[in-house]
Amino acid sequence: MTRRARTRRALAWLVVGAVPVLFLAAFFAYPIGSILGRGISDGSVLDVIRRRSTGRLLWFTLWQAAASTALTFLAGLPAAWVVARVSVPGRRLLRALLIVPFVLPTLVVGAALQATFERFGLDGSGGGLRMQGTVWAILLAHVVFNVAVVVRIVGGYWALLDPRVEEAARVLGASRWRVAREVVVPRLAPALWGAAGIVFLFCFTSFGVILTVGGPTHPTVETEIWRHATQRTDFTTAAALAILQLLTVVALVGVVNRLERHAAVRGVARRPVPARAVRSVRQALGATAAVAPALVLVVVPLGVLVERSLAVGGGHGFGNYRALGTAETNGLFVSPLQAVGNSLAYAAVAAALAVVVGGLASAAIVHAGRRSGRTMDLALMIPLGTSAVTLGFGMLIALDSPPLDLRASRVIVPIAQALVGIPFVVRSMVPALRAVDAHQREAAAVLGASPARAHREVDLPIVARSLLVGAAFAFAISLGEFGATSFLTRPDAPTVPVAMFRLLGQPGAALRGQAMALGTLLAALTAVSVLIIERLRPKDALGW
Amino acid sequence: MNPSLFSRRSWSVLVPVVAVGALLSGCTSDPEPVASPRPAACRPSEVPKAISTAAVRKADTSGTTIKLVTHDSFAVSDGIFDQFTKDTGITVKLLSSGDAGTLVSQSVLTAGKPVADVLFGIDTTFLCRGTKAGLFTPYTPAALKQVPDVYEQDRDHLVTPIDVGDVCLNYSKAAFSKPGAAPASLDDLTKKAFANDFVTENPETSSPGFAFLLATIAKYGEDGWQDYWKQLRSNGVKVDAGWEEAYEGSFAFGSGERSIVTSYATSPVADVVYSDPVRTVPAIGVVADACFRQVEFAGVLRGTDHPEAAAKLLDFLLSPRFQEDIPLNMFVEPVNDQAKVPAVFQANRTVVDRPLTLSPAEIEGGRDRWTETWTDIVLR
Repeated sequence: MTRRARTRRALAWLVVGAVPVLFLAAFFAYPIGSILGRGISDGSVLDVIRRRSTGRLLWFTLWQAAASTALTFLAGLPAAWVVARVSVPGRRLLRALLIVPFVLPTLVVGAALQATFERFGLDGSGGGLRMQGTVWAILLAHVVFNVAVVVRIVGGYWALLDPRVEEAARVLGASRWRVAREVVVPRLAPALWGAAGIVFLFCFTSFGVILTVGGPTHPTVETEIWRHATQRTDFTTAAALAILQLLTVVALVGVVNRLERHAAVRGVARRPVPARAVRSVRQALGATAAVAPALVLVVVPLGVLVERSLAVGGGHGFGNYRALGTAETNGLFVSPLQAVGNSLAYAAVAAALAVVVGGLASAAIVHAGRRSGRTMDLALMIPLGTSAVTLGFGMLIALDSPPLDLRASRVIVPIAQALVGIPFVVRSMVPALRAVDAHQREAAAVLGASPARAHREVDLPIVARSLLVGAAFAFAISLGEFGATSFLTRPDAPTVPVAMFRLLGQPGAALRGQAMALGTLLAALTAVSVLIIERLRPKDALGW
Repeated sequence: MNPSLFSRRSWSVLVPVVAVGALLSGCTSDPEPVASPRPAACRPSEVPKAISTAAVRKADTSGTTIKLVTHDSFAVSDGIFDQFTKDTGITVKLLSSGDAGTLVSQSVLTAGKPVADVLFGIDTTFLCRGTKAGLFTPYTPAALKQVPDVYEQDRDHLVTPIDVGDVCLNYSKAAFSKPGAAPASLDDLTKKAFANDFVTENPETSSPGFAFLLATIAKYGEDGWQDYWKQLRSNGVKVDAGWEEAYEGSFAFGSGERSIVTSYATSPVADVVYSDPVRTVPAIGVVADACFRQVEFAGVLRGTDHPEAAAKLLDFLLSPRFQEDIPLNMFVEPVNDQAKVPAVFQANRTVVDRPLTLSPAEIEGGRDRWTETWTDIVLR
C-alpha cells in the first residue's frame, strides 16, 4: 500500500470511528461528567469513600454479584451443553424462552418471583421456609435473569467446537472429569469469560431485584446511589458512590476483556458439527436433567405471571386483557395498548440508532489500530454498568442548551435506550466482521476467487444477518428498559414497563391484573422478537 | 484451568484498583448524627419578585406552550386541559420524573434553569427542601380565598396548595370481623393481640412509609418514638421497600399474610372503585386516629420564560373543574372548599378530624437523623 493510500484509509476509519465516539461523548461521557462534577463541587467525595459503611456496601455488592455469577453458571452450563450438542426437539423455542426474563423489566420478574414465593409458601407465612427478603432471594432472582446469557454465549460457542477432540481424548483413556478440565474448559474459556463478565456486570448494578425481592435490609452501591440522589438530594454521596461504581466497572471490564482475549489467542478451529439426535433413553434423560434447572427457574415465574394475568374475580378469564384497550379510570393518560404502541415506536428508533452507531463502532473496532479498537470496545461496555439515575440526572443537567437541548424532547428516550443496546450490536457484529476478514484473505489466497466476489456472495449476507441479530436484540432490550426511561419519558406517552409500574403503583386489584396482563404481553412480544433473531441467526454465529 | 489465563498483566490492572479501594475505604468511621439541629430555615436566600395578578390578567397567552412537571403518581381525566386551552390559548405539555423525592431532587439540580414552567407534586415532607433551594417564583391565585388557611405552609406564596391526603393505618375487615377486634390507635400495634399483623414501608424508600414514621414522631415526640419502634419490632413489624410490595403483596388488598398496613385514608374508595370481584362496601377499614396529613403543592418554577401563562395554569389547578377531577384519579381530597366531591368518594372516604402533623421546617431539620436512627432500630 502506498503511503497516500494508507493515509486515506486511516482518514476513512477516523470518520467511521468518529460517529460512535461522538455519540458516546455527547450522550454518555458529558452527562455523567456533569453530574459527577456537580456532586464533587457540593462537598467532599473523598470523605464519603473513606467511610467504613461505604467499604461494607462495596464488599456486599461485589460478593453478591460474584455468588450470583457462580450460581448462574451452575444452572446455565448444563443447559448450554444441551443447546450446543444435543438435537432436542424445540431447541429454538427453548433458547427463546430462556432469554425472556433477561430482557423483561426487573419489575415484572420481581413481581413474578414474589408471586411465586407466595404460591409455594416461601414468603415466611405459616412458619415455613422464608425466601422473601433474604440474600438467597436476590441470588435466585439474578440466576433467573441471567441464565440466558450463559446459555447463549457459552452454548453458541460450544456448538462451534469440534466434539471429536473430546471423543479422541476419551478414547485415549482420559476420564470424563479430566476431559472436562483439560479439554473442554480451556477451549471454552473465551466464552466463559465473556459470559461471566456480562453476568457479573448486570448483578453488580442490578436495582429492581435488590429493592423488590431483597427487601430493605440489603442495599447495594446501585440502590444507595438512587436513594441518596433521589430521596435525600445528597448529590455528593451519590457522586462518590457513582465514581466508585464506575471505577470498579472499568477495572472489571478491562480485566475480563484481557482474560477473554488471552483465552482466544489459544486458537480454536471452528468446525461446527451438527448437534446429534438423541438415540437412547439414557441420553434423553441426561439431556432433560441438564436443561431442567434452567428451564424450571425461568418457566415457573413466567407461568405464575401468566396465571396472575388470567385471574379475574374468583376464577380465570380474559377480562384483564380486554381492559387493556380502554383508557377509563386506569390512572394512565392512555390505554395500556397505546403504551404498547409507544414502546414499539421507541424501541424501533433505539434499535436503528444502536445499529448505526454500533455497526460503525464494530467496523472501527475490527479495522482500526488494536489499541484504539480495544479502547472503543471497552468504552461501549461501560454504559451497561452505570446506574440509570446517574445517567438520567446527568442528561437533565447536561443536555439543557442548544444544540443539545433535548430535556423535554421525545428523542431522549430512544437515545438512552440505544446506549444499552449498542454493546449487544457490537457483540454480534465484531465476530462476524472478524470472520469475514479472515474469509476474504483465505478466498483470495486459496481459491483464486476475487475478494470482491467472495465479499458479495458470502460476506455481505453474514454481516447483514449479524446486523439484524444485533438490531433485534437492541429492540428487545429497549422494550424492557425501565431505569433510564422512567426518568425521561413523558406521562402522556408511557412505555409498557412504565405503564406497568404506574398500574402497580395504584390501589385496586383490577389494575394489578391489568399490569400482569401487560407484563405477559411484553413477555410475548419479547419472545417473538427473540424467535425472529433465532430465524435470522447464522448457524456459526458467535456471541449473541 | 490453564494458569496462563491469569497472566501477570491481567493482575497488574486489578491489583492497583483493589489496593486503592482498600486504602480509601475503611479508614474512618461514619459521621455521628448531629444531636439536635435547629429547624432548618425554609426561605430561599432571595425571594424572587412575585408575578402580579394584574399582569396575568392583561397577558395575551394564546399560542403559548406550558410544561408541567409532576411525579409518576400524577393522574387526571382524559382531556382535562381542553377547556383551559380553549379559554387561554395555552397548550399544556406533561413531563414526569419518578417519585416525589426524585421530582424534588431533579428540580433542585435544575433550579433556575428548570425543565418545565410549573411543578405539581411537592408535598409537606419535601416542601422546605424545595423552597430553600429557590425552586419557585411567588404567585397568589385569587381562588386561594376558597382554601382553608391551614393548608398554606409557606408565607411567601412560593407554592399553592392543591390537594390534601392522610396516610393512615388500614386493616382487613375480614381479619378483624368481631366488633372491637380491629386496631383503633397507634398504641394497639404494640399489643400482643396484633403480633405479626402489621406491615409498613421503609421510610428511606417510600413516601407513605416516611409519613408513618412522622406520625409516630408527632405522636410520641422526639424522645418517645424510638421506644415505640423498638416495641413494634419486638411485636413483629414487617418492613417492605414500597407501598406496592406492602399493600398489594404482604397485605394483598386485605387477604394477605399481614392484616394491618400503612396506606391512605382513601384506600377504601379505591377498594370499591377498582374492586375485583365488584363490591359496593369496602373490604378494608381505616384507623382514623393514626393519620399523618400531607398537603401537595404546585408552584411556578423560577427561571420560566412564561411566568404569566404558568400563573394561569396555577389558577386552573385551583379551579373547581380541576379540583373535582382530583378525588377519583389521585385518591386525595381537593383543597378548594367550593369543589364538589363525587358520590362514591363521599360515601367511602374516611374523615380525619384530628390528623397528626409536623411543619415542613421540623421535617427538613430532622429527616436524615430520624431515618438513620429508624434504620438502626428496626432493620439492623
